[in-house]
Amino acid sequence: MKGRAVGLRRKSSFSDTIYFATILFLFLPLFVLFTYSFNAAKGGTWAGLSLVWYEKLLFESPTLWRAVFNSAVIALGSATAATILGSLAAVGTSRYRFKGRGPIKALSSMPMVLPEIVVGVSLLVFFAGVGLKLGMLTIFIAHATFNLPFVFLLVDARLDEFDPSVIEAAHDLGADELQTLLRVILPMAAPGIASGFLTAVTLSLEDFVITFFVSGPGSTTLPLYIYSAIRFGVSPVINALSAVMVCGTIALVYPLRNFLKAFAARA
Amino acid sequence: MKRNYGPLYAVPQSAWLLVFFAAPLVIIVGYSFLEKGLYGGVKPHLSLAAYRELANPALLGVAFRTLWVSVAATVVTLIVALPCGYSIARSHNQSLRLFLIIVPFWTNFLVRIYAWISILGNEGFLNDILRTLGVTSESVQFLYNQWAVILVLVYMYLPYAILPLFTSIDKFDFSLLEAARDLGASRFASYRLVLLPNIRSGIVTAVLFTFIPIFGAYAIPLLIGGKDSYMLGNLIADQVTKTRNWPLAASISMAVTLLSGLAAVVFLFRSRKGEAVAEVAESGMDSPGPVGRGGSASGTGGPAGATGATGLTLEVPA
Repeated sequence: MKGRAVGLRRKSSFSDTIYFATILFLFLPLFVLFTYSFNAAKGGTWAGLSLVWYEKLLFESPTLWRAVFNSAVIALGSATAATILGSLAAVGTSRYRFKGRGPIKALSSMPMVLPEIVVGVSLLVFFAGVGLKLGMLTIFIAHATFNLPFVFLLVDARLDEFDPSVIEAAHDLGADELQTLLRVILPMAAPGIASGFLTAVTLSLEDFVITFFVSGPGSTTLPLYIYSAIRFGVSPVINALSAVMVCGTIALVYPLRNFLKAFAARA
Repeated sequence: MKRNYGPLYAVPQSAWLLVFFAAPLVIIVGYSFLEKGLYGGVKPHLSLAAYRELANPALLGVAFRTLWVSVAATVVTLIVALPCGYSIARSHNQSLRLFLIIVPFWTNFLVRIYAWISILGNEGFLNDILRTLGVTSESVQFLYNQWAVILVLVYMYLPYAILPLFTSIDKFDFSLLEAARDLGASRFASYRLVLLPNIRSGIVTAVLFTFIPIFGAYAIPLLIGGKDSYMLGNLIADQVTKTRNWPLAASISMAVTLLSGLAAVVFLFRSRKGEAVAEVAESGMDSPGPVGRGGSASGTGGPAGATGATGLTLEVPA
């Protein structure tokens, strides 16, 4: 009996070993980026501690900051558009039964299933067909499109959780459709909407493949900038930038996650 | 009298998706049946040339290589992700352990690729260490081959496999394992016969979340790989931007979409059948998902609702 219990324990410590090895594997690139960002030399060989790449990042990289700015504009813009459209559609399909509801729900999650490269190529061909010049606008459209299903599904999942009789009660007490939407439904769906928006911002900042196809001159986003830096001569400025980005994201997202959790628990 | 406002709410999004998602897809399908234009674009002549070209041996070679790389990367990912998911599920500090898995993915996708280039490159971290240790005197090129591509693919998609596996292992009733042991099953047999069948839906989700994006991979083979790791995604991109054979790009896109769709359907179907025995359907994933594609997808049903319904088969094989 005793042996069995010990045996089960030992098995779980095998999986723990794999887990910790995996964590090391996952953090290795971050560690390397951090270390190299303080390297005085340009190559991989260590040549002493230096802040030269951070200096270059701050004062000598206007195109990089332009790309950061473009990425931020696209991310906020496309996430806002996707959040408004996706949330409304989720409210409509989860609260009402009507003809075409099934196909609409199916259509709403389809862009998520399609391979990215196919979405990118089809949008490129489409924009070329309608004669829309590639640039910030086309990137915005593409990002809003691939963000929609995520917002829709997150809000839909949230709306599924609460009791529909609350809405009936609001109607019985004399609230009209707009009042019900603004005072009852949206506040209840708020955690879903917020996480939909944040997911959309993250996905937009992250996207490379689709953006690659629908971008034009002057609309370089951060991933596209890094891509060209990799292709046409690696600069350790990227190391410094990544180090800043990781720290920034952790500083930003961790409190936000806790806030969201508290928010979700309250609502 | 209450009006039905449902369609009104749904119209803006549906219109957007019809114009910017469905219409481009229809165009791609249409283009795949047309003749190619001289300088990109298409000529308005119906033709099956683009589909006939799919049988081209060079193209089939790329297709098989893509399949091999995707299968290899998915299998390795799964083998690593299973014990990880198990370890997280059995830990007393689940949220910290999940957090550690997710943190590296708060760096940009391209930055992570770049980081791997700095590790594996000629002047990279690994070569630096090997030289310092005196193992090699000249630098070894670890980059630009299939193995580097598989390694980086595994790196990128591990969390997408770990999260759904964790979720389904977390819901597993571990007393079933003890029961199996009491009934005389060996440790290995109890895992194979009791744990694995019960977390089938998690395994299916993990496979779908890794295999499908890897099958359509573009950036990783482009930047990490070389000639021996040119994949279908790269082929499509080159047909669009370099060779300018749009009908062929369209027909390959169709093939990739159909193949990954087919893989999804086959996998989902097989898992459904297996779970039909006695299912405590438990939809609504309440795992603390990450911010990002993997998490949001695993939180809401994933491709074709793969994540819902975690089956708990109550049959314990003796």
